Amino acid sequence: MARAAVLGRLSWRVGTVVALRDETPTARTIVLDVPGWPGHAAGQHVDLRLTAPDGYSTQRSYSIASAPDGDRLDLTIEPVPDGEVSLYLTEVLTSGDQLELRGPVGGWFVWRPGAADPVFLVAGGSGLVPLMAMIRTRGLTGDEAPFRLIYSVRDPASVLYGGELRRRARDDQGLGVTCAFTRAAPPGSTRPAGRIDASLLTAAGWSPDRRPAVFVCGPTGFVEAAANMLVDIGHDPQRIKTERFGTSGGPP
Amino acid sequence: MSQPPLDGNALAGALSEVFRVDVTSAIGECAHCRRRGPMAETVVYANAPGMVARCPGCDAVVLRLVTDSGRAWLDLRGLTCLQLAIPA
Repeated sequence: MARAAVLGRLSWRVGTVVALRDETPTARTIVLDVPGWPGHAAGQHVDLRLTAPDGYSTQRSYSIASAPDGDRLDLTIEPVPDGEVSLYLTEVLTSGDQLELRGPVGGWFVWRPGAADPVFLVAGGSGLVPLMAMIRTRGLTGDEAPFRLIYSVRDPASVLYGGELRRRARDDQGLGVTCAFTRAAPPGSTRPAGRIDASLLTAAGWSPDRRPAVFVCGPTGFVEAAANMLVDIGHDPQRIKTERFGTSGGPP
Repeated sequence: MSQPPLDGNALAGALSEVFRVDVTSAIGECAHCRRRGPMAETVVYANAPGMVARCPGCDAVVLRLVTDSGRAWLDLRGLTCLQLAIPA
């Protein structure tokens, strides 16, 4: 610990699970209390380290879902098929358990209040998590940057934070939310189920003329496809930031 | 086990054990194709014995990091230059 302090590096800390919240039939939010948490920027993540009794240890990165809130931290986990860590976190972990974590880390895929630029968020599946931290941070700080979110998600049952997104779309001035369902759209939808395309990105996002800061997060294939479409419709590649989830996102 | 690759954002935690500044937002120049871009945009394979980052332009290895038993081995020969922000 002393060495870590001298070098100013990050060291591992221990957080305690204080609540668990089911977001969908599969995804779960873990609320952690982490004494001495230094705060975080929207979009940053933590590394979790799990160690089995036999000493076997493994790490995974998870995006922080919450706005800064003292020692509290929300992580939302979407389990991956055969994912040893994500299945443990969503099915075994209980309130009062302790987790080793390192963070906050990552300085690239980050939104900070105070920039006047419009913000264009494009989420695929659980790629919504760090973008939700941006929406929540905007709400908490009363920032007035205009935000638009396009959220590609399999079907209505898979929507993360559905009630909160509806409430914020109604109450948070300058926030627009569009859900694009890929497998099954709810009854009465104007748009049939299908992948996001250039016309949706044009209609529901910001025009490239407004030079928005663009954040795209989701599974690798989704991010590649969305980023290419955004460039094709005229967005500046230098203003598009991407974050790819390996297997942890699942198909949107 | 074949996992799709991650991107350079996933390097942040492991590199924070070695560097004081965030390396994922540093601009790296690929020694092979000279492409310049944030390390966050590299293609990262994290299920090798360590972490391997490849250039998104030409696929050359730009960074390898292995940590074990309190030591880190960092191979940066795939980068000609790394431009880092110095904290105020």
